[in-house]
Order: sequence, then structure tokens, then C-alpha cells
Amino acid sequence: MSILIDKNTKVICQGFTGGQGTFHSEQAIAYGTQMVGGVTPGKGGTEHLGLPVFNTVKEAVDATGADASVIYVPAAFCKDSILEAATSGIKLIVCITEHIPVMDMLECKVKCDEMGVRLIGPNCPGVITPGECKIGIMPGHIHLPGKVGIVSRSGTLTYEAVKQTTDHGFGQSTCVGIGGDPIPGSNFIDILALFEKDPKTEAIVMIGEIGGSAEEEAAAYIKANVTKPVVSYIAGVTAPAGKRMGHAGAIISGGKGTADEKFAALQDAGVKTVRSLADIGKALKEVTGW
Amino acid sequence: MNLHEYQGKQLFAEYGLPVSTGYACDTPEEAAAAADKIGGDKWVVKAQVHAGGRGKAGGVKLVSSKDEIKAFAEKWLGKNLVTYQTDENGQPVSKILVESCTDIDQELYLGAVVDRSSRRIVFMASTEGGVEIEKVAEETPEKILKAIIDPMTGAQPYQGRELAFQLGLNPTQVKQFVKIFLGLAQLFQDKDLALMEINPLVITSEGNLHCLDAKLVVDGNAMYRHPELKEMHDPSQEDEREARAAEWDLNYVALTGNIGCMVNGAGLAMGTMDIVSLHGGFPANFLDVGGGATKERVTEAFKIILEDSNVKAVLVNIFGGIVRCDLIAEGIIGAVKEVGVSVPVVVRLEGNNAELGSKLLSDSGLDIIAATSLTDAAQQAVKAAGGK
Repeated sequence: MSILIDKNTKVICQGFTGGQGTFHSEQAIAYGTQMVGGVTPGKGGTEHLGLPVFNTVKEAVDATGADASVIYVPAAFCKDSILEAATSGIKLIVCITEHIPVMDMLECKVKCDEMGVRLIGPNCPGVITPGECKIGIMPGHIHLPGKVGIVSRSGTLTYEAVKQTTDHGFGQSTCVGIGGDPIPGSNFIDILALFEKDPKTEAIVMIGEIGGSAEEEAAAYIKANVTKPVVSYIAGVTAPAGKRMGHAGAIISGGKGTADEKFAALQDAGVKTVRSLADIGKALKEVTGW
Repeated sequence: MNLHEYQGKQLFAEYGLPVSTGYACDTPEEAAAAADKIGGDKWVVKAQVHAGGRGKAGGVKLVSSKDEIKAFAEKWLGKNLVTYQTDENGQPVSKILVESCTDIDQELYLGAVVDRSSRRIVFMASTEGGVEIEKVAEETPEKILKAIIDPMTGAQPYQGRELAFQLGLNPTQVKQFVKIFLGLAQLFQDKDLALMEINPLVITSEGNLHCLDAKLVVDGNAMYRHPELKEMHDPSQEDEREARAAEWDLNYVALTGNIGCMVNGAGLAMGTMDIVSLHGGFPANFLDVGGGATKERVTEAFKIILEDSNVKAVLVNIFGGIVRCDLIAEGIIGAVKEVGVSVPVVVRLEGNNAELGSKLLSDSGLDIIAATSLTDAAQQAVKAAGGK
């Protein structure tokens, strides 16, 4: 078991024949991901990386039975791509692209929720179940099949946590980069709920950042619902308060959002927090007794 | 991207919202002449900077002669205004807005943001307009009224009415408020705003609602579809080095310490700053070289970091996911040679082609300290900068 994806997940790529789509699809195929094709409008009927190219997601789903799609198209076209995937029968959309306008994501999020489609990202490294399926841009070789579930807002910080859990020999059940955007398709709580239910996940690492209140909300959720040990690191203790425009940001956040408040909320929820990101592996050892 | 008050008010006017007649001026003479165009015998002069808190800092003044307007403009144009929302250097005053004077009966607050928690645009209104609004929100959150906008249907008139009646407005004002609310919601959506604020939204002595200020922030990711807003960009309001970094797709923020940091990924960049301070050091900057780091960008990043004369050591922390460590290593070698780096450089490479990268660095014959781990890197950098 794992969450979201496994060796049976059939993946297509939107933006398949572009530079990013090509490079990362090659990597995914080499990793053993069941890539079944890709979509590039106007190039349907051709072949790319030994896989069929389709004009539309609908055609790709009909022909291949794909259940997941990874999106590498430019930001201006992502809303279109996400909505196309969601209405064409794709159940898991992983959007890697960064710099998507927030207004586009507000609408995509509503539509995906309506249709029961899980959206990961945008602006994220993707999802990997080590040894089975890699959807995204993370380096496959640092992963190890195992028992820690990792969820993070930051790409490179995820890699740090992965490396430490690999070096300690714990391995990862699934790693999910939810992305750093204001409106992510899935948030910490969505992924924590899946890890809690997954028998293969024995402990959870959650990596947050300053800004917003997603970590505080996750802390409340953990306190009420999560029985597995959780280790957490929040980046940005030393980040200075930025220049501000007006009061609206401060009013809506209601004093939440600093690293110290996030650490406090997580500790209150029984989460083991670490102040140095180099201590994640060590902290896991402590809370699990491994 | 932030907009100036006068630019925000231009947009307000386009959307039919009540704003004062005003002119944004570049010289004292122009400002004095604006008074004639506006007419009357009282005016308000307002320094245009990308920050709030201008009134308390002396950047807003009620005047009753052209000499006063001239004197105000002479005092502020080309100077920096420091408010509690700016850093200690303040923001340069780019223009002076001269406006007709409004007699105020009551000050309300009206703002809107994209709220991460509800994943909606949320409007906030309060009878407690003015500068103390944050205190109001903290101490008496029930005095902040909210309306959540459905992304599919947009704002509806009833939501405006609900807010207006709760604000205690009279029937004429309720109608005016609904018009303002719907106009703003449309503006917010049309122009891809991230934040909008009218503080204060006033009730004039004649009993009419009037937008006395305008703070607008546009979602930077949406600029590609708003050429008309791109023209409003005022680079004078941005830190020169930060702006130059942005041209190279580098995310740079200057800080006050002495350890220059170059990292890939915003999260890891913050994590690196945290671990430097944890080991007793002080980061000189935040710098994210991003995923697609090239040799040229690494070189540029080095130049930007080293322009800060406080920097006594540079810490490079790269976890190669997409980016290849050997390319980064080549960039570092090229930069150290080209820029003539005279401070110690500590490098930690991990991930994609890390061994090859480390080998390139050690074969380069340059004075580069290779770190064996993240903690080691932080300790080495702190030591090299003369810290603990």
C-alpha cells in the first residue's frame, strides 16, 4: 500500500512533447512509472518516447485507461489543461508548473472538488511512491521504499527529508509535494488523512513554511485525528517581516503565519518539531524508537 | 505588483467608484498648477509610495494655499518616506497626488484579499476605519464583517446589502455601498488582484460614500495578461538589487548579516538561513536560484551577493533535483574566477551529479571549502565569516 499512486497507476503527460515534458517523462519511464502516453494538441497520432501522442485528454483516457495526468504546460495554459483533465476522467492531476495566476486556481479548485478529482500542486515537485511510480521532477535515486510518509510545501526541502529518511534506512511510503502556492489543489490535511489510513505509512514528516495558516490548521487536524507519530519542520524562523501594503493581509491571517506560531501549534498537537532541518531523521528515530 | 494610490484611483474611476478629482504630479510647479485645475480653496496633498501609514509619517497634508502645496512637494519629491509599514530606509516618493478636499463625517474600512484558508476572495468591512484597523481585528474580531465570494458566480448584490446594513448605513448609502462592492469585486477579478483596500471609505458630511484611499496589489503571475497594468509598474519602489535579481529569475532579499547565501528552492533557502542562525551566524540575504539554474545565473547571483560589502563568507547550498550539481559547480568556478571572489566560499552539493560537482570544485584549484553535510556547511560558513 501507499497513497495516491502505486505500480498500477497509469500516467499520461500533458505538454508531453515540450522540453520539460520530454525530459521528466524520460526520467519517469526510466524509474519504472507506467507512462502510457501523452497529450500535445496537433500532434495526435504521432509517437514520442515510444508512446502514443493524443490531441485531447479524452482520447488519451479512452485509448489507454490512464487514471493520472502530470501537467508541464506553461502557466498561461494550465487552467485549461487542469479542467480538460478533470472533465476527461482523470482522477489524479499533478500540476508541476509554477507561476499560475491565483484567480485561475480558485476556479480549478472548485471544479476539481465538484468532480471528485484530486489535484496536487501547482508549483510542486510532484508525488512519488518509491520503487513503484514517480510523477514529477524529484530525483528518483534518493528515494527508498519504506515506511515514512512525507508531505511538504517546498520541493528542495522535501528532498532533504527524503535523503535523511533514506540514509537512516527508514525509506518512504509516499512523498507528496503539495506546492507553495496560496491556493494548492491539496493541502496538508488532505494528505495527512491519507497517510493516517495507509497501513504502510508508520510515521509522517510534515514540512511547512511561514505564511498562511495551513500549518496551524494541520496541527488542529493532527490533534484530533492523527494517531501516527509526526515530525515537523517549519522553514523561515529567520525570515524578516516583509514590506507591507495596507492591513488586509494581517486582518485575514488573524496573527497567524509566523514560524514561531506554527511551531507552537504543532507542539501543542503532540508533533515532534525540529528547529534544524538536518535533524529530521534523528527526530524520527526518537519518536518511533526505530 | 503594488500600485500607487493614484493608479488605484484611476482604476476605481473606470469601475464607476466615487473618488476625488486629483492629479499625480512630478514637480512642485505642476502640483501648484493642479490646484487651479481642481478649483476650491482647500486641497489634500499625498506622497505616493508603496506603503501604508503615510498620514502618521507626514506624507499626507491638508493645505489651503498653492505655496503650501509647493512647499510640500519640494519637501517630499525625491526624498524617502519612512512609515511603520516600510523598512528603516523608507520608500522614495515618486509623485505627489493633489486632490480636492473631502469633509468627513465617518471613516469605514473596506478590503478584500485572496484568503488561503477558505480558498476564496474574501471582502472585509468595518465601521472602525482608519489606522487602528488591525488592533480592531485582533481585539474585537466581531467588528470585522466578512463576505465570501463564490468563484463561479462572483459577488452578488445581497452580499453587499448584508454588509451595508450591518455597517448601519442609511438606505441611500446602502445603494451606494452595493455599487462600490460590486464594482470592486469586478475589478478584483478582472485585474487579477491579490489585495485591495480602501481605508478609509468615508461618509462625507453630505452623507455620501467616497473612496479616500486605494491600495491595490496585482498577482505577479497574472501580469502577462494585463499589459495596461504592467505600464503602471514603478521600479523606483523596489530595491535595486532585488529588481536586478528578478531580471535573472533570481529571488533575492537583502538582509543585515554577513553570510551570503545561494540556495536552490525558496524553502531550502529559508531552511539554510535558519540553520546558519542556529549555529550562531547571520545570513546576509535570501537567494533562491530556482530550479533551472544556469552557469550565467549562478554567476549573476554571486555578483549580487558580493555587492553587499557586509558579506564575509558565501554559503552555497544546492540540492540537485532538476538542476545538475556539475553545472552549478561550473557556475561557481566561473563566477569565482570572473568576479574575483575574495571571501571564503563554502559549498554543499547534494543530489543529481553531486560527486561530479564536488570533483570539479576540488580540481579547480580555487579556495572553495567543500562541506560534507548541511550542518557542516553551516558551521564552516559561520566560522569562515568570523562568527563562533
